[in-house]
Formats: sequence, structure tokens, C-alpha cells
Amino acid sequence: MTSPALTLAVPASSRRRRARMGQWQGLLYIAPAMALVIVFFVIPVLFTFWMSFHDWPLLGQPEWIGLGNYVRLLTDTRFLSSLRFTAYYTVITTIAIFVVAFPLAIFVEKQRRGVGFYRTVFFMPVVVGLATASLLWVWLANVDSGLIGPAIRMMGFAGKKVNLLATFDSAFWTIIVMVVWKVAGFTMIILLTGLQSIPVELNEAARIDGAGSWQRFRHLTLPLMRRTIALALILSVTGSVLAFDQFYIMTSGGPQNRMISVVYYIFNQSFVSFHLGYGSALSIALLGILIVLSVVQLRLLRVGDDK
Amino acid sequence: MSVDAKQARQRRKFWGGFGYHAFGIGAALFFFAPFAWTGLASLRTGTEAQQPPLPPWPTHGVSFDTYAVLNTFGAGVWQHVFNSTIVALATVVLTVIVSLLAGYGFSRYRFPLKNVFFVLIIATLMIPFQSILTPLFIILAKLGLNNSLVGLVLVYVTLQLPFSVFMMRNAFDAVPREIEEAARIDGARDLKLLIRVLLPLVMPGVATVAIFAFLNSWNEFLAALILLSDNEKYTLPVLMTAVRAGRLGAINWGAVQAGVMVMTIPCLAVFLILQRYYMRGLMAGAVK
Repeated sequence: MTSPALTLAVPASSRRRRARMGQWQGLLYIAPAMALVIVFFVIPVLFTFWMSFHDWPLLGQPEWIGLGNYVRLLTDTRFLSSLRFTAYYTVITTIAIFVVAFPLAIFVEKQRRGVGFYRTVFFMPVVVGLATASLLWVWLANVDSGLIGPAIRMMGFAGKKVNLLATFDSAFWTIIVMVVWKVAGFTMIILLTGLQSIPVELNEAARIDGAGSWQRFRHLTLPLMRRTIALALILSVTGSVLAFDQFYIMTSGGPQNRMISVVYYIFNQSFVSFHLGYGSALSIALLGILIVLSVVQLRLLRVGDDK
Repeated sequence: MSVDAKQARQRRKFWGGFGYHAFGIGAALFFFAPFAWTGLASLRTGTEAQQPPLPPWPTHGVSFDTYAVLNTFGAGVWQHVFNSTIVALATVVLTVIVSLLAGYGFSRYRFPLKNVFFVLIIATLMIPFQSILTPLFIILAKLGLNNSLVGLVLVYVTLQLPFSVFMMRNAFDAVPREIEEAARIDGARDLKLLIRVLLPLVMPGVATVAIFAFLNSWNEFLAALILLSDNEKYTLPVLMTAVRAGRLGAINWGAVQAGVMVMTIPCLAVFLILQRYYMRGLMAGAVK
């Protein structure tokens, strides 16, 4: 009671001191995260740029060659064919995943008996690794000890042995089926969040106005899900462009080395042939391609302008 | 008339339900069958395991031959299960600690360049780690961490950070500040406050972060393939490349089936037990 000024002054100054201390404390809390991100991410990214201007062998002195690596990759037919193959693979997988995942998302959207069970089972392959899934399917597709080939033969559809991994097309489609099996549940859940965000009343109103189910899907559901579809699309495209495990494990890049994806080619250049500088230049090219693809997809789906 | 209409409606409902479940069970079989097939096939005896799995179940009695064969690869399967488990658990623990601290810092403190730091962590999501493996390999070698599980764990933790820090910041943002004020008055400060008072409140977020860290580090293949060069340090997926390559040109498919099971079961168990937290994390990521 005696001196209100004093009792007020103390907390004020201590609050200021605490605020100043808080600044350092805040930094202290985020320091471990920042240290990891800087050492194992920011520096490697900058280092990739730096290396891409060098001829960088595993042992011995790196040599500055300016844009040499970039000039080389533009005329590297094996790199260009890995780009072509990756593009082809990306388009086909993405279409296949959406063709399977969209009906599944619609199927598991309504609250019905057993829907939780279905969601869980469809999702199960997502949580195992891509390497594990590749191993599982390379066994299923094996000519002598697998399931698919011998089963086709047993049912009398083929006279001789069916080797799915022997030709490019059958191996390619085996991998597509494996990837759809592995990833469709994931895309399904992403699309499900979009479906559930559409107000029920809108659908009811459209139905009362006499819109058929296809019309409602085409003119109501799809436009309202634009953001979700964009997300699912970008995740699917990015994942496919970065594909490696399935080609390495299932076909070892074969038949006739026609299944070398871009990441597989970078892996070969950097860690089999040890052209580390050239591998870095290829990585930068891959990074550029991914950024361009993401921007293009966001533009195409006009995410951002809400009209 | 009205009885007829009621019957018709019931009939339609029955067939609607029938179609619904017929589709559901068909699709569920497609997604579940490969697991069941491999699991059953892996229990066949040694010679039978090389035959096509038709039928998939063992016809000459259940045996663990395939697992015994798997054990003859690399440094023995237990060593590699141990490696994978250590790597996954260390990744989980470190990711939780680091993202808990960072999430708390980003949620509750003001400091210079805060937004820049946050964007920097999230921006690492934009750059696929596949494109920085080459320098990562060299930097780890410089730090003396190449061909070591410690190095691999640090890389995995870094890869988990954008998602985890984001999750934990949101978890702390959802905790009312009044709780902290009350705890402060009771004398709890700093780390004690964070661990005693706030940690139980953000536990669901921690569970989500932990599950993703576990699954991603248990399953990761490319970085482990590149960064580990010693046989006895291989994690399970890298060991399996040796099994897949076979010996003297012959692949032991029984060992492949056993390996697939060893890698699959922990993932499915974690997912099925902690599904709620997993889906929550996924949806939170999707909505953003």
C-alpha cells in the first residue's frame, strides 16, 4: 500500500529482463534443430552446387571445370533416356494411382458399417517400406518360384513359363501394379480429407436441382477438391520422379538397362562410377525439374486464386 | 401398397449393402493378400519354399527353415534386426527430443529471425534428400561418421525434422497459455515446466512424430545403401539386397519371404496399434 510505484516498477523491469532473456532462450530451444538442418541439409545443398562445377573424383584433387558438367549432361544420351523413362513412368503411375485411389476414397467416405476396417486394410501397404514391397513383389513375379506366373500357367492361359520380369512391358506393368498396391491407400486418405471438407448441404441442393451423380461429381466435387487434388498430384508426381528402390530391387535397371530412372542414374554416376561432380550436376538438374513441375501443377490447378 | 414399397426399399438396401461389401472385400483382398501369402509361404519347409506358393500354406508341416536360411546371410539376421532397431529407436528418441524443444521454442518465444528459421526448416521438404546424397556422403566422411549407424541416425533425424517441428509447434500452439502461467506461479520453470507440465499435454503430437520417425527410419533404403559399407552394419533393407542378389546365381526365395516378414511385421504392428495417431498426423499434414 505504501508505495505502489515501487511494486509496479519491479515486475516491469523483471518482465523486460525476462523478455530479453527469452530471446536467447528461444534460440537455445531451436538450436539443436537448426544445427542438424544446417549441417545435414543447408550445407549439403550449397555443397552440391559447388561440387557440380568440378570434376570431383572419390580420391584425389577436385578440379574446377566451370559449366563442364552441365554441358555434358545436355548431350548425355543415357541421362536423356533416363529422363524419358522417368517421365513415362511418372505419367503412367500417377494416372494408375488416381484411377484406383479416387473410387476407393469415395467408397470409404460414407460412414457405414465396416468402413473403418476397409480404410485400415487399404492403407496397410503404405506403412511398409518401398524396398520391402519391391522384394515381396519381385518374389510374386518370379518365373519359377513366384505366384503370378505359375498361377497364370496353372489356369491354362499360357503354355510355357511366364516370366513377367523378362520383357520391358510386362516388367513395367508389374512395377506399376506393385506401386499402386503400395501407394493407393495413401492417396485415398489424402483425397478423403478433401471429400469430407465438402459441405453435405451443397450436394443435397444440387441433387434437389436435378443434377445426376456424374454431374455432381464433375461440377461440384472436383472443383471443390482442387487443393486436395493438387496436393495428391504433387506428392504422387514427386514420389514417382524420385523412384529408385523398385527399379534397383525388382529389375536392377533391366531389361536391357531400359529401367534406369533419374535417381538410379545419379546413384550409378556418383556411387558406382564415382563421378561425384557429375552426379552433383545431375542432382541440381533433378532439383530444377522438380521445382518446375510443382509450380506448373499448382498453376494448372489454379491453386491460390479463389474464385 | 405401402408394404410393397417398404419391402422394395428393404430389398434395395440389402443389395446395396451387398454390392458395397462385395467391392470392399474384393479390394481388401487385393491389399491384404500379398502379406498373407508371404507370411504363410515363409512357414514352408526348405525345399517347398522354392516352389510356387500354390497353395500358399505349408503342406509338409510348418517349419522355420526359411528364417534359418535368412540367418546365414550377412552377419546373421539378429545382428541386422538389432541394427535396424537401434537406428529406428535412436531416430525416434532424437527426433522427439529435438522437435519437442524446437516446437516449444517456435510456439512460445520471440527471438530475432524466428520466421526465417522456421521457413528454413520447413523448406527442406521442398528439396528431396536424394539430390543431396553425394555431398552428404562426403560431409559424413569429413566428420568421421561415414559407414556408421550414428551418421545414418543423424541424417534420418534431419529428414524427419520439417514434419516433426511443424507438428510439435502446432501441438504447443493448441495448449492454452494460462496453464503455463499457473505452473510458473507454482514455481515450475523452463525445462522442468516443459517436461512436467507441458509434455503430457502434447503427448498425442509426440506419438505422431514418433510413429513417423520409426516407420521412415525402419524402411529407408537408399541412404542406408550409400552410407553403410560394412557388412555387419547393414540395416535390414540393405541386407536384403544381398539375399535378393543370391549366391552363385541362385536366389533363395524362402529367405526373401522370411526377410519380407521380418521387415513388415513391426511396421504393421506399430500402425495397427497406434493407428489413431498416425492418421491424425497424416490428415494434419494434408489439410495444411
